[in-house]
Amino acid sequence: MSLGLSNTTFLGYRRENGRVGVRNHVIILPVDDLANAACEAVANNINGTMALPHPYGRLQFGEDLELHFRTLIGTGANPNVAAVVVIGIENGWTQRVVDGIAATGKPVTGFGIEQHGDHKTIMKASQAAKEYVQWASELHREEAPLSDLWVSTKCGESDTTSGCGSNPTVGNAFDKMYPHGTTLLFGETSEITGGEHLVAERCRNDEVRERFMFMFNRYQDMINRYKTSDLSESQPTKGNIEGGLTTIEEKALGNIQKIGKECLVDGVLDKAETPTGPGLWFMDSSSAAAEMVTLAAAAGYVVHLFPTGQGNIIGNPIIPVIKICANPRTVRTMSEHVDVDVSGLLRKEMTPDEAGDALLDSMFRTANGRLTSSEALGHREFVLTRLYESA
Amino acid sequence: MIDFVVHDEGDSVGVVVVEGVKAGDKISGWIMDQDKEVEFTAASDIPIGHKLAIKPMKEGDTVIKYGVDIGKVVADIGKGEHAHVQNIKTKRW
Repeated sequence: MSLGLSNTTFLGYRRENGRVGVRNHVIILPVDDLANAACEAVANNINGTMALPHPYGRLQFGEDLELHFRTLIGTGANPNVAAVVVIGIENGWTQRVVDGIAATGKPVTGFGIEQHGDHKTIMKASQAAKEYVQWASELHREEAPLSDLWVSTKCGESDTTSGCGSNPTVGNAFDKMYPHGTTLLFGETSEITGGEHLVAERCRNDEVRERFMFMFNRYQDMINRYKTSDLSESQPTKGNIEGGLTTIEEKALGNIQKIGKECLVDGVLDKAETPTGPGLWFMDSSSAAAEMVTLAAAAGYVVHLFPTGQGNIIGNPIIPVIKICANPRTVRTMSEHVDVDVSGLLRKEMTPDEAGDALLDSMFRTANGRLTSSEALGHREFVLTRLYESA
Repeated sequence: MIDFVVHDEGDSVGVVVVEGVKAGDKISGWIMDQDKEVEFTAASDIPIGHKLAIKPMKEGDTVIKYGVDIGKVVADIGKGEHAHVQNIKTKRW
């Protein structure tokens, strides 16, 4: 029985709101670029905490500002995070982020820099961070069912081996998890171009299909508005072309192998929105790796499956990123980045079912606490999506 | 030994999955969906991951992979030749 799973539980941290995380981070979260220095100073002062510096948060407005808050609040609210210290240049937006995260019930405190300066802010924030990290260090993992695991996917630096090897491996794993009520995610709106009819056919009902096509067409309109060429070199990327992918259509057909053959698309999310139930969700998102994984973390996903062909080396500070590769040259030349080698698929030495099982085994071990290659190598790419210029 | 894979037997291209394929090499292919094997002669040097034409194609033809349209031929491609950005372009954007 291909959909059988030998393991259906994992060990995670059950948070105040019932969600289960697989990491126990205490993060120091800047609201804006100006607060990066203070956040990094606090993380330097207090062992076991992590600053998440980023370049934005000033003079954004409208939908772009809403997305900024949704991403920061979602990042802090992620169940892989035990507690959060928020620092911003002023109190108003800082408190807005604090209140958003506090809705989960987890410990969170904010500090505004104005009227205090960096020194006093760093001192007070370090005191709070110390309390949090000592508290978090006493939390324990407990057994949780697969239905408590939220798993996202996005591929990167794909080549033709992605479409015939590593992406179908994720699809096989998704098909096996789906009946267990796992909450799954895919996205990369531009990288569905050429296969949109295939995704539309997989949507659970007309309402989901219409929402998916709305998101797809909205992204196409944006590309057509700004493009100066056929996007060859960006979509596909130079790395994709080096790896043998020729057109966006070819890349898209490889990309959508990640959603398997069985699971249906149950719902559609805007960027960084949180799903409201189990099943497979599509999120409108950039196809740039760090942007998409950051949005998945902000939506509440706790582990990420990342197939690569030519060797994208991305990681994320909040969610462990598991790399799957079927290209024998990449596996040989970049082995330190590869968690699951499925190159045997292309030599018929491994069946798709065996590849899917190898990935699931790696995923359970990762969920239970084993560091991924990207975690061990210190990859923490935290990249916020912007919709347009600041005011 | 599998040198190239083809997703579906209706496809016009296959993917080289080993390093060092040279023009004139006899190579073995695996058609994945139908689980069939085929023998072929490479007509170009083809890097790992790159495509070879398994059918001759004329300018204006549609290229099929995964049984689906992946773009248009912009320069004729002979059987066994390297099929990539020099002879195939997107139909989108």
